[in-house]
Order: sequence, then C-alpha cells, then structure tokens
Amino acid sequence: MVLSKTSSESDVSVHSTFASRYVRTSLPRFKMPENSIPKEAAYQIINDELMLDGNPRLNLASFVTTWMEPECDKLIMSSINKNYVDMDEYPVTTELQNRCVNMIAHLFNAPLGESEAAVGVGTVGSSEAIMLAGLAFKRQWQNRRKAEGKPWDKPNIVTGANVQVCWEKFARYFEVELKEVKLREDYFVMDPVKAVEMVDENTICVAAILGSTLNGEFEDVKLLNDLLIEKNKETGWDTPIHVDAASGGFIAPFLHPELEWDFRLPLVKSINVSGHKYGLVYAGIGWVIWRSKEDLPEELIFHINYLGADQPTFTLNFSKGSSQVIAQYYQLIRLGFEGYRNIMENCRENMLVLKEGLEKTGRFNIVSKDDGVPLVAFSLKDNRRHDEFEVSDMLRRFGWIVPAYTMPPDAQTVTVLRVVIREDFSRTLAERLVCDIEKVLHDLDTLPAKISSNLAINGEEADKNVAVVIKKSALETQREITTVWRKFVLERKKMNGVC
Amino acid sequence: MVITTTNPDAEEQLHSTFASRYARAPIPKFKMPEKSIPSEAAYQIINDELALDGTPKLNLASFVTTWMEPECDKLIMASINKNYVDMDEYPVTTELQNRCVNMIAHLFNAPVGATETAVGVATVGSSEAMMLAGLAFKRKWQAKRKLEGKPYDRPNIVTGANVQVCWEKFARYFEVELKEVKLSEGYYVMDPLKAVEMVDENTICVAAILGSTLTGEFENVKLLNELLTKKNKDTGWDTPIHVDAASGGFIAPFLYPDLEWDFRLPLVKSINVSGHKYGLVYPGVGWVVWRSKEDLPDELIFHINYLGSDQPTFTLNFSKGSSQIIGQYYQLIRLGFEGYKNIMENCMENARVLKQGIEKMGRFKIVSKDVGVPLVAFSLKDSSKYTVFQISENLRRYGWIVPAYTMAPDAQHIAVLRVVVREEFSRSLAERLVADLERVVRKIDTLPSTESTKDGHITAIVDETRDSDGVAKRIKKSETEIEEETVTCWRRLVEGKRTGVC
Repeated sequence: MVLSKTSSESDVSVHSTFASRYVRTSLPRFKMPENSIPKEAAYQIINDELMLDGNPRLNLASFVTTWMEPECDKLIMSSINKNYVDMDEYPVTTELQNRCVNMIAHLFNAPLGESEAAVGVGTVGSSEAIMLAGLAFKRQWQNRRKAEGKPWDKPNIVTGANVQVCWEKFARYFEVELKEVKLREDYFVMDPVKAVEMVDENTICVAAILGSTLNGEFEDVKLLNDLLIEKNKETGWDTPIHVDAASGGFIAPFLHPELEWDFRLPLVKSINVSGHKYGLVYAGIGWVIWRSKEDLPEELIFHINYLGADQPTFTLNFSKGSSQVIAQYYQLIRLGFEGYRNIMENCRENMLVLKEGLEKTGRFNIVSKDDGVPLVAFSLKDNRRHDEFEVSDMLRRFGWIVPAYTMPPDAQTVTVLRVVIREDFSRTLAERLVCDIEKVLHDLDTLPAKISSNLAINGEEADKNVAVVIKKSALETQREITTVWRKFVLERKKMNGVC
Repeated sequence: MVITTTNPDAEEQLHSTFASRYARAPIPKFKMPEKSIPSEAAYQIINDELALDGTPKLNLASFVTTWMEPECDKLIMASINKNYVDMDEYPVTTELQNRCVNMIAHLFNAPVGATETAVGVATVGSSEAMMLAGLAFKRKWQAKRKLEGKPYDRPNIVTGANVQVCWEKFARYFEVELKEVKLSEGYYVMDPLKAVEMVDENTICVAAILGSTLTGEFENVKLLNELLTKKNKDTGWDTPIHVDAASGGFIAPFLYPDLEWDFRLPLVKSINVSGHKYGLVYPGVGWVVWRSKEDLPDELIFHINYLGSDQPTFTLNFSKGSSQIIGQYYQLIRLGFEGYKNIMENCMENARVLKQGIEKMGRFKIVSKDVGVPLVAFSLKDSSKYTVFQISENLRRYGWIVPAYTMAPDAQHIAVLRVVVREEFSRSLAERLVADLERVVRKIDTLPSTESTKDGHITAIVDETRDSDGVAKRIKKSETEIEEETVTCWRRLVEGKRTGVC
C-alpha cells in the first residue's frame, strides 16, 4: 500500500517568482525582514518597482550622461568591485586617474611642461571638486591674512545668483559668506563689472560659471579677468578666479577653442569640470585641476605611500568605486579630440533643429543663446492662460521630462522650460519632441485657463474656446500672487535639485 | 583598367585588435589623442593594462566588499545611468534610499516609532558620513556657545589615536582640533577613562570606533557613555558621543545583539556605517543615522521639492550613481536578518580557523581579539631576523595581498600583519593562506637575515657575526644602524598612518 503524502506546499524553489509567496507580501520599508528570500525574487521585486522610475534617456532635465558604449559597460562592470582608494593594490587604476588629470589639464591649457604631471584629482562630482577648490582658496587667503596680521574670520566668495546649489552648500558648510551678483530680466549670468565691484579684502575668490545651469550661457571670464587684474593692481589684494566649468569644460575646448576662459587667463587658479556631464561618463565623476603646485596649499594634502612612491591625495571621499575613472579614460582615448568635437558639433546641430522647430510654432521666446551648452531654454510668449509648468506636466504624459523653472532674483518673473541636448539625443528625438510640444499646446488651448475657471462661481460661463478677460477682483489678485510666489519658491527649490 | 584605391580605414576594420596598428601605438598619458580609435581597441587596451592591477578578491587588506550575486549585478548595471540626485525623476530610487535608512536606524535601535521615518542619509562612504555627522555636532555646539555668550572659535573632537584617516581630514578641512588618546602596548583602542579626561568645554563630541581598523576591536562605548554622563552632570557641558561603526555596524547587531553600543545609550547622537564593508555592497555607499530630528540642525539641510512633498537633503556630494543604494536595498531584503547573521557567523568561524592555523606555527602572536570584526591581526614573536613587512612582500608572490602596519603612537614599535575575513573568504582559502604563510616563513628562515649582513659591514668580517649554526649573533648596533632603524621605523609609521585601508 502506498501512502502518498500530499505536501500542501511543494518545494518553494520550484515556483516561478510570480507564483511564489514572495509577491504576496508587501516589501519591507521600515525594518529589516527577519528571513532571507531567494535572489531571483529579490531581483524581480526590486526591478519591477524601479520600472516606475523615469526613463533616464528621456530625462531632458539632466546634463548627466545616460548612455555609454557596450565596451565601456564591460569595463565598468569588471571594475565595480575595485575600491579606488586602494592605490597600493590597484596601481594601474591610480595611474589611469593621473593620466586623465594630465589630459584634462592640457585641455585647459595649464602651464605645464611636456611630461610634467598636472595638479588635480578625480572626485565624485563637481560638488566635491568645488569644495576642494574652495577649501584651497580659503586656506591660501587665511595664510596670507595671518602673515599680514589682519583678521581672517570673515571670508567671502563672489558669484552670480545663477550659481548652482553646491556653491551654497560650500558656503554654508565651510563657513564662507556668499556674495551673489543679482541677475536682471535680460541678463541671466553674472555681470563681471558688478562682480568686481563686490570684491573686498575678505574675498577668497570670484567664481565664474562656464555653462550656467539655467540657460547654458558662458560667462565672460576674460572680461572678469581683465577687470579683476586692474582692481588687484589698485588694492594689492590679489583676488583669484575659479571657473566652474562643470558643463562647459568639455564643450568650449572643442566648439570654441579660441574662447579664452581657462588657464590662458592669468588669474584663473583652478577649474572644475564634471566628467559625468559632457565628459560623457555615467554619474559619479568630476575633476578639479589647479594651475600649479603653488595654488594648492601643502597642509591640505595627505600623503600616502604607494609602493614606495609618494601619492598625495586631497579628496573628501575615501572609498569609492573605480568604474567611472576607468570609463573617463576610456572615453578620452577612444574618442580623442576629434571624437569629442564631432559629438559636441552634433549636439549643437540638434539643438539648432529643436530651437528652429520651437520658434516655428510662434508661441515661444528662446531664452538661451546659440553659443554655450547645447540646450534650449524657452518661455511662453503668452503665459496668462497656461504657464510653462503646465506644459511641463503635460509633456510627461508622452514620457518626456522637461523641467520648468523660474529665474533667480532679480529675474524671478521669467519662467523657462529647458531641454538639455545630450550625446544620445538624436535629430529624430528632437523632431518628435517638437511634435509632442505642439500637441500639448493644442491640448492646452482647449482647456479653460486656470484663473478664469474661478469666475464660474459668479455664474458667468466663460466661453470654452476663448479666454474671457475679466477684471480681477482683489481676491483673485491675491490668489494669483500667492500662486506665483508658491511656484517661485517651489521652483527655486526644484531648480536646485537639478545639476 | 581598374584603378583600385586603397581605403586604409576600411582595411583597419578587418584587423583583429592585436593585428591592428592600435596595439603598436604608445598609449596616451599626458595629452588627449587627436584621433578616435575603435571601441574594441579602446576596450582591449585598457582591459589588458588593468590586468596588472591586484585581484580584488585576494586583497585581504580591505574590508570593502568584492563580490555580489549576479542578480544584484544585473540591478546595478541597469541603474548605472541613473543620477541619484534627480529625486523628481527617479522617485522609486529615492524611496529605496529612505527604506534603507529606516531599516538601518531600526537595526541600531533608534528611538523611532514603528512607521516613523528615521533621520539619516546615504553617502558615498563613511568619510562623507563622518564629515556630515561632525558638521552637525560642530554647528550644534557653536549655536549652544553663542547662546551662552562664550567663545566658539576653538572646537575640538576627542578620539583614539587608532582613528581612521578621514577623522583627520574632517579635523583639518573643517577646522576642528583633533585630540587623540594615545594607545599603549597591549591596548590598541581608545581608553574611555583617558578620553573623558580629555573632554573640555570646547569638545563638540567624543568619537568611539566600533571595529578599529588596526585590530578589529570594538571600543567600550557603554563605559564611555557612563563616564561621560557623569562628567556631563558635573560640568553641565552636555558632550555627546558619535559612534564610527564603519565596520562594526553590520556585525554587532547580528553576532552580539546584547552588546550595548548604539542608540540604546542615551549620549549616542549619531552613527555611521559603511554599506560597502559588512553591508556587503560594492564600494561607494555609506550611511549616517541621527538619533532624532533635534540632533541635525535645520540650517544645514537643503530642502528640495519631490513631487510636491518636501525632501530634505544634507550631503556633500550631489550627482552620483544610484547603483550602490539599490544594491544595499537588495541585500537588506534578500538576506534579511537571518542572512546577515549567517554570513557574519561564517566569517567569524573562518577567522577562527585562520587564527588557529597561524597560532599553530608558533612564530606569531595574535593581536586581534575574538570579539570584534572578523579579522586576524598577528605580529612576529621574534622580529630580529625578519619583519612582518618582508612576510607581506613575500606573500604577494603567491597572489595574496596581506598588509603590514605599525600601530599608532604610543605603540608604534608594534608591527602587525592583518587579514580581513570578508564574506567570500571561504574555509578553503583560509587553509590555503595558512599553508602559503608556512611556506613563506620557511623560505625566509633559510635566507641570511638582512640585519646580520649589515652588521657584517661594521665588523668587516662576516664570519664573526655567525656561529657555526649560521645563527646571527646579536651585535651591538652602531650609530648608523640606529639611525637607519629610526628612519625605517618612522617611514613605516607614516606609511602605517596612511591606514589607507578603510
């Protein structure tokens, strides 16, 4: 007699993931689960939830690279378990970083000999790079003031109000005052004349941006340099310049080689650039280069012995992955100068296609310039019925992420939409985007305007297709102001969230 | 008549990488090359040069994870192009970070309700985590002093001399004085008594280490808490504690749940842990958790709007990859409490096997304790013939990377070798390492020692330095000898201070 034993649950490992009990339990959010789960289930559950994230390649808000060649992906995966800081154990990886620093320094015309090693370091991004550069300036200024016997407790830094949030972080965390040059309604970058006026004896440096986050414009570093030299001659303060070339550093040398913005200008002492923007590497790498050894105070450098040879390091982060450093080197030698130039020219070309397509709709003002970072910043000619934020929201329906921002003071009445053209934004995508924007405009036109819909309370029916302009009551005006203010505050914050 | 024009580029495409001209050209080191090269060639050139790097898995110097499951590798590769800071665009990834913070806070017994969100953030590593924690303490202390109308320009922090280099960085970059409690022979961690003695009105916090880099030992945080509570009562200074649990944070909760070191102690206000050490994730993620909102000054937080709701952020880095954070979440839910516990128990077991094998050789003294991070630190009983540095060098020949360090002051005459037992260091590898160590020791035994040949220079008669058995006689050292030794010792101290290994 055979006694068959029915097991109410057959061996759990037999079940396919979606047949198993793991998809019936809710995913842990607050406490570690007690028990383990099979790796396939863990993979599937996480992977599926991540599907609800935005699509990186359709994220037109970001400058950060979202595509690399498969060969590079291979290199990245094989070095993902290498801890970069183990210089002793991974000497070749360290050497690759040094080569990248050299190449980028030469790209920026650092005054180096043929085979002289440049002074610079790989960082996790421009934030860390800017903090290191700022720290160097702060220390140099403090040392100078101490030698002169003057007070050194109130350092400040002069930048434009269009500055990216990491300068504000630097100022707050390292106790440096931030003196911002306000923008104007028609001038969205730092005015060199005003900047130099604001420089005083406590200024550790003036920071210029090559490739403003808001509209991609290059600031006039040459003019700043010339004006600052004059002022330095009068005052004897010797105030230096730092160029935040986070976006522009990998564009200007290829598209505008005659533009003088880098170490060719004598007052420029350090430059930072994001490897993960137009350096064409995935998120997680930046570079900071100093003009010479004198510009990086020795006391900030920690010395590590690398198989006998001295390896100076000066970073905020310690352990980190090696993948992005290797990927940067891959890009530099794979593409070479001509490769980068071709890609930047393509970006510029596609940017012009997008710009013309938008201009042709007749509904937009183009706020960005042709020269600068390849992006298109545009605002509605008439935003009384529907504003740029609504356009941005509706574009999401098609899958596009196009952010809308208000400008910082004193240009906060201007709202823009911004599309960043990255390497992988082809002409077809540009044309498709224009198409979808036209659809959105068409849809918005049929919707009642936000403000006028409030008037229905009064019993007046606004004609659906035509906005009825009615004199606004005091309450309406109040509400409008509150809405605009709230948006301004929201967008100021949102703007800070995008690199 | 056909005139054929040769298109050199088309031909190039035919060549296999090593047949092409790219394998002949010198690789660019200083300036960007003018021309592009095919992707296969670029890949091959870099890949081959990287073959000369050490093998991550045989790197026994590092605590940092070098292996993850293939499923996790898939998740990592799929998210490599997601910029973590785009919270608006990648809300699920942001949510995963928040879940990790909650889980780790609960693991450390943070006083949060069952569904209350914890205060903490993901960082690139424990360095950033400690800098953020230090910044919070500095700002709180300054605010307190300003209110009291007292000077606030000379903050200091009290730690042990065994502290990892990033505390020194924090001190130097953020202008805080570092007051180090010196070690002593036989006691290689911070002495709580001495630490509390050093606390003064300018102390922003006392930093204890759970899992010292040098020996893996856990410092006695409970005793520190008790002594400091008493001192605070006497002085009214209210000095808090920070626990640097970079290594120990993912070990103690699983192996020693009764050990009180975390938020169960009232003075502990923040804890940092490395996700990429025993959190079992690839390099690039750390965590810092605060006890409560009050311990993180609001002025340091930048507010970013995340689909309408407020997302506070407080990190030094901005753009960075999302892969490691997703990897951490994968590990937390994949392994769960029991999974982590099993892995840590295995590590301890293999560390025990290694320790016993080393002890059996009779040449070494075990410096690490049984309770702590699973590692074995050992020194030579007799360093007259050869030193641990030579053993380390010789082990490299078998592929093993086992570092040798001198201790921090005042124990700098002690040099140790250290083997860190990570998740993938199996028992067979442990046994193999012991076998190779025996080989190395046997080999060095047969070589003439370097010291005796030095002595030979002084006396100019080599034979006099050895007796018939070839054993080096102890000869009074000359001044040069002493000088050389001092320099070597000093260089090693500096090297050892590089504690370049996290």
